[in-house]
Amino acid sequence: MDTKRQYEVVFIVDPTADDEVSRLTESFTQIVTDQGGVVTKAETMGKRPLAYEILHHKDGTFVLLEIEGSGREIAELERRMRVNDRVLRYITVRVDEDRRRADKLKERRARKAAKRPERSGHQRRGPAMDFAEANSE
Amino acid sequence: MSANYEDRQRGGGYDGDDDQDRRPMGGRGGGRRIHRRRVCRFCIDKVDLIDFKDVRLLQNYLPERGKILPRRISGNCATHQRMLAEAIKRARNIALLPYTTD
Repeated sequence: MDTKRQYEVVFIVDPTADDEVSRLTESFTQIVTDQGGVVTKAETMGKRPLAYEILHHKDGTFVLLEIEGSGREIAELERRMRVNDRVLRYITVRVDEDRRRADKLKERRARKAAKRPERSGHQRRGPAMDFAEANSE
Repeated sequence: MSANYEDRQRGGGYDGDDDQDRRPMGGRGGGRRIHRRRVCRFCIDKVDLIDFKDVRLLQNYLPERGKILPRRISGNCATHQRMLAEAIKRARNIALLPYTTD
């Protein structure tokens, strides 16, 4: 079980505290690193309207973190976010299993395509090439 | 920055006024089944993952009321409908999409 798990964490920051976004992101990254995880991507998705009001807020700044680790850092991260008043909401999604599955499907599709090349346009190409050859002669 | 996520229109989706794929039911059945389509858009586009952050895509499957479009109307296959439903529910959780609208 020492394969790394991958997570996507999205959290919404209070838009009135916009200047704190980078500071928050940094501190969360620090927490993850302290717990032995790696933040592979940190991206601010910007301020956008919420689909419904959360604590009377109509807008929020969305931040996406991609994290690789054992799962311990997620527990700590979620605990910190829960306590922080600036974080309106967060969601953690484990993505490694779905991504692996997607890769497998893609690979299988590639193998299938390689097995039966005659289905993908090769047949249509044949006569046209004959025609081209006949012309050049 | 947010435009990034909105502009990523992945693999079409259900758009209400796409006449090509509608199947008029030859008079019988009134106009009731006009919306029916047989093919799964995600299968055609070979989508393996549906991202819950892809609001543009998910919105196509959320009619005015905010309910998830059933697959008898969208024509999605079971696998992709499941992935779609999961993605929509995640998006709802972080207020990217509404639970209800009225």
